[in-house]
This record gives sequence, C-alpha cells and structure tokens, in this order.
Amino acid sequence: MDKIWLVFQREYLVRVRKKSFIVMTILGPLLMALVMIVPIWLATMTDDTKVVQVLDESGYLKGKLTSTEELKFINVPGPVETAKATYLESEDAALLYIPKLNLDKPQGIQLFSQKSTSLSMKTNLEKRVREELEEVKFANSGIDQKVLEKIKTPVNIRTVNLSAEGEKSSDVAVTSGVGFIGAFLIYLFIFLYGAQIMRGVIEEKTSRILEVMVSSVKPFQLMAGKILGIAAVGLTQFLLWITLTTAISGGVTAQFDLNRFSDAQINQTVQGMKDDRDVQQAQEVHEVVSAVQNLNLPLLIGSFLFYFLGGYLLYGALFGAVGAAVDSETDSQQFMLPITVPLILSFIVAQTIIVKNPNGPVAFWMSMVPFTSPVVMMLRMPFGVPTWELLLSMFLLIAGFIGTIWVAARIYRVGILMYGKKVNYRELSKWLFYKG
Amino acid sequence: MQPILQIQGVSKLYEAHQALNRVSFEVPKGSIFGLLGPNGAGKTSLIRIITQITAPDEGRVLFEGQPLLPHHVQQIGYLPEERGLYKKMKVGEQLVYLARLRGLEKVNATERIKVWADRLDLKPWLNKNVEDLSKGMQQKVQFIATVLHEPKLLILDEPFSGFDPVNANIIRDEILKLRDQGCTVIFSTHRMESVEQMCDYIALINNSEKVMEGSVRDVKARYRSHTYHVEGTGKLLIMSPDFKVLTQAQQGDQFRAEVQLEPQIGPNQLLRYLIERVEVQGFQEKIPSIHDIFIQTVTQK
Repeated sequence: MDKIWLVFQREYLVRVRKKSFIVMTILGPLLMALVMIVPIWLATMTDDTKVVQVLDESGYLKGKLTSTEELKFINVPGPVETAKATYLESEDAALLYIPKLNLDKPQGIQLFSQKSTSLSMKTNLEKRVREELEEVKFANSGIDQKVLEKIKTPVNIRTVNLSAEGEKSSDVAVTSGVGFIGAFLIYLFIFLYGAQIMRGVIEEKTSRILEVMVSSVKPFQLMAGKILGIAAVGLTQFLLWITLTTAISGGVTAQFDLNRFSDAQINQTVQGMKDDRDVQQAQEVHEVVSAVQNLNLPLLIGSFLFYFLGGYLLYGALFGAVGAAVDSETDSQQFMLPITVPLILSFIVAQTIIVKNPNGPVAFWMSMVPFTSPVVMMLRMPFGVPTWELLLSMFLLIAGFIGTIWVAARIYRVGILMYGKKVNYRELSKWLFYKG
Repeated sequence: MQPILQIQGVSKLYEAHQALNRVSFEVPKGSIFGLLGPNGAGKTSLIRIITQITAPDEGRVLFEGQPLLPHHVQQIGYLPEERGLYKKMKVGEQLVYLARLRGLEKVNATERIKVWADRLDLKPWLNKNVEDLSKGMQQKVQFIATVLHEPKLLILDEPFSGFDPVNANIIRDEILKLRDQGCTVIFSTHRMESVEQMCDYIALINNSEKVMEGSVRDVKARYRSHTYHVEGTGKLLIMSPDFKVLTQAQQGDQFRAEVQLEPQIGPNQLLRYLIERVEVQGFQEKIPSIHDIFIQTVTQK
C-alpha cells in the first residue's frame, strides 16, 4: 500500500508540475467560454443591409414589402430583360422577379443574384412573399386578418412526472441535456486520461526503467499507482476547470438574473405581463429552471462520480495493458481499436436511441454491460432509472473493473519486461496464464 | 559461515522453453560471485527469480537461510542489464524516489545521496533532469540508486557497460569497497578479465543448467592440465613416456615448449629431467584463464 502511494505521488506530481498541465488548466475554461460566447457574438453581429431589387408584375406586392435592417427593397421597372441588365450593372444583392401570378398556384417567382444567395435570405423572402399573398387571399375570401390572429392559439404542453411523492415538472430537453453533459464528460475523461496511462507505460518501457522498478515494486502496485495518480491529475484538472468556469459563468448568470423565473415570482410576473407571447416565454424559462431544480441532484452527482471512476478504472487498466504489450505508440493501434469501439459506440448510440427511448431494451442492456454502462447510464439517470437496475449496473461495473484489472495486471506483468517482440492476441491470451 | 544465498533445484519453464533446469549453488557471504554464461543461458531468468520479479516453477531460493519473502527486496540491490531512468525527472528526486521504494526514509535517503554524489562527482547534477546527463553520468546515477539502501546483496548485470575505462575503474573500486564492508556481490558479465580480477567465486550456466561452480582458484585447479611452460638455452629433445610435448619452438640456441605431464608425474620430475639436458631459464605451470575455461566449457556441449 505504501508503495502504491509512492508511485501515486510521483505520477501525480510529475504531471501536475508540467507546463502543459498548467497551460491547459488556464486555457481550458477560456476555450470553453469562447465556445459559448463566439456563436452568440457571431449571431448578434448584423450583416450589412442587403438591397433587393423587386420587379413585381403581378401587382400584389406593391408597397407591401417593407424594408428591414437586413433587407432593403427597391422597386425597379420591367420588363425582366431590362431589369436583369440594370441589375447586373448595380452592386445590389439580388433581383426578385414576380411575374403575373395565378393566386391558387403561384409559380415562376425567381430570384436572380450575382453571387449565390444565402439560405436564410431565400427563406426570409419566401416567407415575406407567402405572407403577403396569403393576406391578399384572405381579403379575397372575406376573412379579416384580425379575426384570424385571434383564432391562432399558442399551445405549450407542460410535462409533469407523476409519482407517489407528488408532481414534478420535467423538461425533456433539460433532462437529456444534463445526462448528455455527464456522459460526455465521462467519455472525454476516459479517452484523455486513458491514453495518458498508455503513454506513461510505453515511456517507462522505452526508458528501460521497469526492470529496476519491478525489483522493488510489484507490477500490480506500479500499475495501480499509475492509474490512480493519473485519475487524480484528471480530477484536479476538472476541479480547477469547474472552479474557474463557475467564476466566469457566475458573472454571466448574475447578468441574466435567473431568479426572476423561480416559482414564487412567476405568477406575479405573469400577471404583470399583458402580452401572451411574453407569458409563454416566461412560462418556458420557468419550466427549465424548475426542471433543473427537480432533478435529484445528490443522486445524479453521486452516480456521476461512481460511473466516472468505475469507467475510468475499467478502461484505464486496459489502456495500461496495451501500453505494456507494445514497444511504441505506433504499435498500439491494433489493441486500441477493440477498447475504443465500445466506448465510441455507446456514445453514438447514446445520442440517438437512448435519448429517444431511455427505458427501452437497447438502453437497458447497454447500461448493464460494464463497457458501455458508464456513458449510457449517465444518459438514462435524469429520466429516472429503477433502483434495482441502477444497483445491478453498479455491481456489474465493479465486477467488470475487477475483471479487467485482473486481466490487465497479468498482461502488464509479462509485457513490461518483454522487449522487441511483436505481440498478437494469441500471445496475449497466453500471458494470462503464465505462472508468477 | 552461512551462505547469504542458497539456490536449490530451481527450474523455470517459459512455454516450451526451459529457461532454468534444476540449478543449485550457494553464494558465500562477503564474496564477489561471478554468474557466467553465454547469452540466453538463463542468467537473467535466475536473477529475476532472486529479485522476486518472477517465481520459480520448482525449487527454492534461501536468503540468509530463509525462503525469499517480499521484505527481502529491501536487502537486495539490483542493477539490471536493461536499465534506465525517468528522463523527465530531476536526478536528486529520482534517487529519493527509488530509495523510498526500497524502504528508505526520505531524510536518510537525502543524506546518503549527498555522500554518494560527492564520491562520484555528481553533486552539480542533482538538480538537473536526467535527460541532460551524459550516458556515463546516467550510469553512475543508476549505480547510486542500486546501492543507496545499503543492501546486503548486490546483483550487478553487466555493470561496466556504458562506462569509459576511467569511470569503469571508479565503479570497480566502489564495488570492491562495498565488498570489504561486508556486502555480497553477484556479478554477471561477459567480460572475463573483470571476472578474473574481481571474483572470488563463480558459477557457469549453460543451456539452462549449471555446469560449473566453485572458488576461482578451485575452478582453475580443476582445469589444470598438468601442462608446463619451459624456456631455456640448449637443444630440447624429450624422449620419455612420462612427458608429452604439446608445442615446441627452437630459435637458434633458445627453446620454448609446452610439456604435459602424465597424471602420476610431478613437476619436479620434469624439472630434474630438464636440468640434466638443458639450461632452464623459465618454468611455469600453464594455468587456464577463466576466459579459456568459459570457452572450453561452453563449446564442449
């Protein structure tokens, strides 16, 4: 135990003191913040106003297309050919041509442009023209536009989990979002730090330190110390990231003041609002907030840590074994594939099948198999998983990592003293049964 | 005196390959013991069993009369042939780490590192990364790491590889000094001249089996062929059934010859025989070198 602790200390300190660790710890949250901020920033950046020339032969749109910040409309005289010719000489964005139309079946509307137009501009124009034509049709059939507005009814279904303990608001988007973040972190952690274990072992092998080491430490202790040390490095990094990110996002939350949408205040707020649309939006935000509040956070965080560590130990041991079996990182590919496939698979399946049907058979079995359960169970957790399933899955994961550690320790023990030998699977399976 | 290490009928099988086949010998306390053998004979397998990296399939190893136990690791220092250090670690830290893994307290380790670094001129390098050191320098660090916990038994596998002659001599003197302080050294090497210089006892392993064992003097005596080297003036003509001339060279008045005696004949008889006929200027028994014995034993099989 002492020796595992010593190895642990070395592995931890050597990595934490590296410049790359310090740089990544500081850059990580900044990068994350960038990922959040840049799209918002880009979205708020308004493009220059684009000028669209309109040639309306139908007469339905005369004076109806009002200019906005994005699009400015100017009417041009026909016929089409002259309009096209003058458009070519101008620097305007596009020429919208509306021929004489049959209102039931409007056809032949064309948009000419010198550069290809953006999809958003096309849909925008389509919407505007459609709305105007619809209005003409309403007027023709004697329907008042205002009456129609009144008939339109906004519907927003509030989902509620009904259980013995009472009602709870739930929001599918929130629950799957929370699960997804958990699953993604586990996936990322296993990949990043699992690969570090492998690299660490290969480095020890190439520097020929291992024979000195194993004459004073049992290979198992060496492996355990390394795996745990690197886990601690990862946790340290995550912790620092979380602290830094919270500090940054703390500022953001303060600005938006999410408290406005808490249960107590929502009714007041709603009453204060006259516009239907505002009420609806406030209601939506309220639901997201209350869905987050209604998640069983202690259970979620507890099981996140469990699957986080369990999955890491399971895969970490295997990564260590791969490192021991090969001489250099380039040789590791053939052994890496079977390790990474279940992990990647669980993540891909996670995004489709499991989110759609979190209690279906695929989700059930994948959350039982130890190789996929850390990622898959995290996705299912926020939707509510029966206790027996959770316990069984946890038990299987513990059994799983004891199993892989046993296998890995045996491969490791033989592999670390084996140099210059190309190893294949048959060879590896023999190593499992070597005596002491 | 009880031997520090007793190897009793040790066998080790790797798949189809018999690495060791019932090998037994004893290593006397306070000696330098040469473990010899050609490549692939099983030396490393045996060393790995003594250092408890692997366990024997059969037989047992006794350390000071007790079967090997994990805590014996602290009494053994091992310098393997395939050796290295963590490249990105400071020399001093690395030595402390390795010493602590061998059960030394941090404070003790630091003190002893200072002493050794002084002795081997490593002091300015203690705060440098290992990768900044020359190869010879790294070898010195490895040597210090091996002896830092003051082991009773030191196992050195090709300790001089990678050293220039000057540093090799420094290390040789350190090994001899350790022996004088009561440390037992097992010494595995292909360099027979250093065996001749340093070893008190040897064991020769060939094809997984021990083929020879004993003190260097005994082994040499066993390989005596009753051959004498004779030099002198005159014309040598030996015509006696007791003596067999192996080689003979005549240069003018000078002769030189190697003469083998029949088993029941002593060297004085040859001398008497010669004195009557020629003037003897040199007379010396031709003792085989360990090198000769090694080659003779290994190629015989």
